[in-house]
Amino acid sequence: MEQKIKHHLTDEVLMAYAAGTLPEAFNLMVATHVSLCDECRAAVESYDTLGGEVLDQTPGNDVSLTPGSFAATMALIAGGAPDTIRTTRGRDTVLPQPLLEYVGGGLDNVKWRSVGMGVKQAILPTSKDASARLLYIPAGMAMPDHGHHGTEMTMVLQGAFQDDDDYFARGDVEVANSDLHHTPVADIHEDCICLAVTDAPLRFEGLLPKIAQRFARI
Amino acid sequence: MLWVDHMIRIRDDQDQAAFADLFDHFAPRVKGFLMKSGADASLAEECAQEVMATCWHKAHMFDPARASVATWIFTIARNRKIDVLRKQRRPEPEDLGWGPEDEPDQADVMALQQESEQLGRAISELPPAQRELIQKAYFGDLSHSEIADQTGLPLGTIKSRIRLALERLRHAMK
Repeated sequence: MEQKIKHHLTDEVLMAYAAGTLPEAFNLMVATHVSLCDECRAAVESYDTLGGEVLDQTPGNDVSLTPGSFAATMALIAGGAPDTIRTTRGRDTVLPQPLLEYVGGGLDNVKWRSVGMGVKQAILPTSKDASARLLYIPAGMAMPDHGHHGTEMTMVLQGAFQDDDDYFARGDVEVANSDLHHTPVADIHEDCICLAVTDAPLRFEGLLPKIAQRFARI
Repeated sequence: MLWVDHMIRIRDDQDQAAFADLFDHFAPRVKGFLMKSGADASLAEECAQEVMATCWHKAHMFDPARASVATWIFTIARNRKIDVLRKQRRPEPEDLGWGPEDEPDQADVMALQQESEQLGRAISELPPAQRELIQKAYFGDLSHSEIADQTGLPLGTIKSRIRLALERLRHAMK
């Protein structure tokens, strides 16, 4: 059974996911979180419903279709359904379904690269307007001290981390923006694996992390 | 108007007359939706035809206990928008495995469809400024800050208006 999720995505993000206006990396975060969180799944479905009603209330009478549009559609239908590409669908106890396609398999298939101090990361292939990565932080290890330029969301997939007064376990998302400066520490009991997405490069303090940042592409 | 019966006729009998009605109502709206999202008229038209064809081909997957017809067509159009206009993949959540295999409970169908209609009425009764912002959030590829630029409204005002609009909607749903 999943632990009760305490830290959710914001309504603003869930609505933008339904509207289809988020960068791909953030869509991946929402899809991954919603895979574990019934509450946010229900919210997304109600925003889909809202989208349906907004569509329904778009004036249809001031947009004209080209003549023969219906016939063209019937011709498309007669041509048969397009082949849908079946992507790898498997099971993994740590990675929810949406991540499997980005990793190309389960946790064993993640191509980790060392960032130093035992921390590893794997950058996932998404569109360039935002980035998504998996992070592996050994139990008890602190993440490098950093602030943010844009918005960063971190969701726990395995283990847990502590940040200031809050504790984040599997399914929980920490949302950080430019005014947050934080030092998350992985729980001592298990190595922590997270999905992190950001729409701007993180801002590391001190020279050494800055150099590491270039290599790590954080 | 409830479109569910039309979808069932399309699903079970490949009923072209039912599809023609559905097309007349939704195809121009889908085209308008895509144009407001930045597509030119001919691309929007082409996509609207594809969306409606998908609606036919995937009719067997439509589950009236989970979505209204408008919601279902909206999600197909939204995904098409991401594919074609933004050229990005759209990750979907893990399926809960509640497929349309079993004939859905009529009470669930009625409840869901009525709630969607209520929501529609609530939107149409919103003050114009709030309704417009909700529409912008769905139509344009607009972030809240871009909406601020377009409308000249301060960002905080917009966020609180959207929140207020959603609160009103939630209230109307009770």
